[in-house]
Amino acid sequence: MKTLKDKVAIVGVGYTKFGEQWNKSAEDLLVDAVYEALGDAGIEPKEVEAGWCGMQYEFTGVSGGAPAEFLKMWGIPFTRVENFCASGMDAFRNACLGVASGMYDVVLACGVEKLMDQGSRGLPEIGGARPVSFQWPPAPGIFALAATRCFEVRGWDKETLAGVAVKNHEHGSHHPKAHFRKPVKKEDVVNAPLIAWPLGRLDCCAMSDGSAALIITTPERAKSLKHKNDFVKVLGNSISVHTMFPWLHPKFDFLGFPSTKEAGKNAYAQAGIKNPAEELDLVECHDCFTITELLNIEDLGLCPPGEAGKFVAEGHASYGGKIPVNVSGGLKCFGHPIGATGCRMLVEITKQLQGRADGLQVKDAKRGLAHNLGGAFTVAAVTILGRNDT
Amino acid sequence: MVGIESYGVYFPFYRLTRAEIGKVWGMPAGLGEKAVASVDEDSVTMAVEAGFDCLAGIDPKGVDGLIFATTTAPYKQKALAPTIAMVLGLPKTAFTMDLTNTLRAGTSAIKLAVDQIKSGSAKKVLVVASDVRISEQESFDEQMSGDGAAAVLVSQENLIADYVNSYSLSEEVVGVWRTEHDEYVQHFEDKVEDSFAFQGMVLEAIKGLVGKTGIELKEIGKLACSYFDPRGLMAIAGKLGLNPLAQLSDPLFTSIGNPGVSAPLIAFANALENTQPKQDIILAAHGDGADAFLFTTTDKLKSLAPRMGIKGNLAKKAPLFSYEQYVKFRKMTRRERAAPKASPVIHFRDREMEFGFLGEKCKSCGTVQFPLNRVCLVCQSKDNFEKVKLPRRGKIYTFTKDYIRSGGAQPVPWCVLELENGARVLLTMTDCDPDKVKIGMEVDIVFRILHDGAGFRNYYWRCRPSVKARA
Repeated sequence: MKTLKDKVAIVGVGYTKFGEQWNKSAEDLLVDAVYEALGDAGIEPKEVEAGWCGMQYEFTGVSGGAPAEFLKMWGIPFTRVENFCASGMDAFRNACLGVASGMYDVVLACGVEKLMDQGSRGLPEIGGARPVSFQWPPAPGIFALAATRCFEVRGWDKETLAGVAVKNHEHGSHHPKAHFRKPVKKEDVVNAPLIAWPLGRLDCCAMSDGSAALIITTPERAKSLKHKNDFVKVLGNSISVHTMFPWLHPKFDFLGFPSTKEAGKNAYAQAGIKNPAEELDLVECHDCFTITELLNIEDLGLCPPGEAGKFVAEGHASYGGKIPVNVSGGLKCFGHPIGATGCRMLVEITKQLQGRADGLQVKDAKRGLAHNLGGAFTVAAVTILGRNDT
Repeated sequence: MVGIESYGVYFPFYRLTRAEIGKVWGMPAGLGEKAVASVDEDSVTMAVEAGFDCLAGIDPKGVDGLIFATTTAPYKQKALAPTIAMVLGLPKTAFTMDLTNTLRAGTSAIKLAVDQIKSGSAKKVLVVASDVRISEQESFDEQMSGDGAAAVLVSQENLIADYVNSYSLSEEVVGVWRTEHDEYVQHFEDKVEDSFAFQGMVLEAIKGLVGKTGIELKEIGKLACSYFDPRGLMAIAGKLGLNPLAQLSDPLFTSIGNPGVSAPLIAFANALENTQPKQDIILAAHGDGADAFLFTTTDKLKSLAPRMGIKGNLAKKAPLFSYEQYVKFRKMTRRERAAPKASPVIHFRDREMEFGFLGEKCKSCGTVQFPLNRVCLVCQSKDNFEKVKLPRRGKIYTFTKDYIRSGGAQPVPWCVLELENGARVLLTMTDCDPDKVKIGMEVDIVFRILHDGAGFRNYYWRCRPSVKARA
């Protein structure tokens, strides 16, 4: 496989506040995010040559027609991308490939999800090819299967998990666009009502609405645009898909996510990164549930297998620590409008690298990584961004 | 020779005391408790359990007939015997039929099975009787009725009881009834029903049987009989000159309640389980007439394969913690219920895999897997499998307990199970104490209602804490 390194530049970003946006439609959210990104880039809507939009649910919108309709970007290719929780980052991947192939100069990668239109009581069920024998637990239950196994094998407990929630809520309390901006105490997390044993309410990210958008072009073109001095480059980008039914795989150990490991490995190779904990300055990784972040920290190679609990407890993943993870507050504080999340993370990393983060600013950040994990640990997406001087 | 090769029973896990029901309605309460089918059980799933119990140690491929007897079929139109036959693993060519609408359906099915075997049209016929008696709230029926299933394998080999003779009569009687519009069983006058529709007809049938066979009632081992209420049954024993304590097979009124069609078969199973070889057993049942049979037990009674049977089923139970739970189980409350996705087309395509609980073994790498994949999930070889029946036992590899979608007071455990042959499946757990679920726990895999999505009944497998077969 080849690399995306140095072939694509991010020249404008925008995102809405995440949360319960009862009064806003998917159209409102997407238009707000995209126009903010266009303004940030100094690009006219008419200059966009192609668009990809991450959307998971049909009630947010179907086909490329939905986002194109919201934006009235007619006459150009527009594609709806659905790939579980990695939908937004897969939209970004498609946009990058569109530019790297030489086909387009200026493209739009965006994502939106309007979960609140279906109420806030958990993600709607996804219809499978075999509705009876292909049962899926509710999303918290899927990740809880890993937590139970880690309790047994790793000796982790609810306090280990709570470390992630406490850290991310502390981070998120500084971020004006986060859904939740309140620190939580360890005992609150441990004693919260159970959702899917062993995960309680504060181990889970919330149902939220939101949208995020990025304007992408070539590094050459970037040099003539508004962010000519501080545009951000893609150093690596990878998606890896594994089984949708890990519980049916006789070898699956539930102690990590093979898709994250492979997507990480591949993106590191593209970016030429050998020691991620040393070479990266920050990581936004998927923390739909506390257990998810712990295992992703290990799978992304930020600490040795089995040590993520300790790694977080000792503050290495906190702001100011060895490698800050989810300095924005993560999904824990932003909630998880599925199609938007991947793009939201990329917006966060971009702004961090430009030194204009809306929440806590990581000092002199040069390289950052964004990661999604969707389905039943099925789809992992990893993108590594770097300052244009890296 | 024709007779009984095996028997099996199933009583649901939960019990509701009559005192609890009496207390709710401020009514006098009967003694003991009744068995209550769980929220995911119906007459079909209980028939499956009794059928598996009956077929312990017997190859289902050798069973070429199945008759399902019930008054509480989950469908007005759609046969259920084929469903049960497929789950139990009977050959597709097995004769199947549903025998319904009368409390005598179980014994009529035995009569039919005996005649099929005598005529040479079948070799082994499984008769499964099962009822979830739905009775009106605040009625005495609510206390009397119970849920349960029983099965007998009518056969011509390895007989534990030889069939000797039978006597049947058919009668026009509006005794206990349920019209096409009724949700609950209707009665006219208990005394009339007990004296005429039950006692009168059963006595006539038993006397007819005595006349045909010349047996001495004082010398029979057991009378296994249906009943309207337990006092009437005692009255029958008295009128026949039997010693009720020694000769009347306990129909388990105080522990199970009266489970309709399966009541006489449960009493029969209890008689077989508590009788010595070379004893006469009379099996009798009422219902728009009456049937009476004479069986004689054989030495093979002592060498039956281990099974749950009556004792095992009685031992496995838990109290239903409230009457309200019972109301919820029987869906007597009006509440919005989710409409999960389902498709009759997909069901038809996957019926063998889902109901037969079939997995496959990769001929190239040996991995046993579920469901039936085209491409091996370990070595990627294509269309290179042999189908294997998955064992209905396993161990919990990991689990969670869902507090959200369960919608009730108790969370629903979802368990990743490792089966004996290495395959893994994900099943929800039923009939359990969620606090006791843990990694490594041994479970049985049972056939239950999943939901009624797309307007039809979707059955699938769930698991429950293992109950070791009684040695």
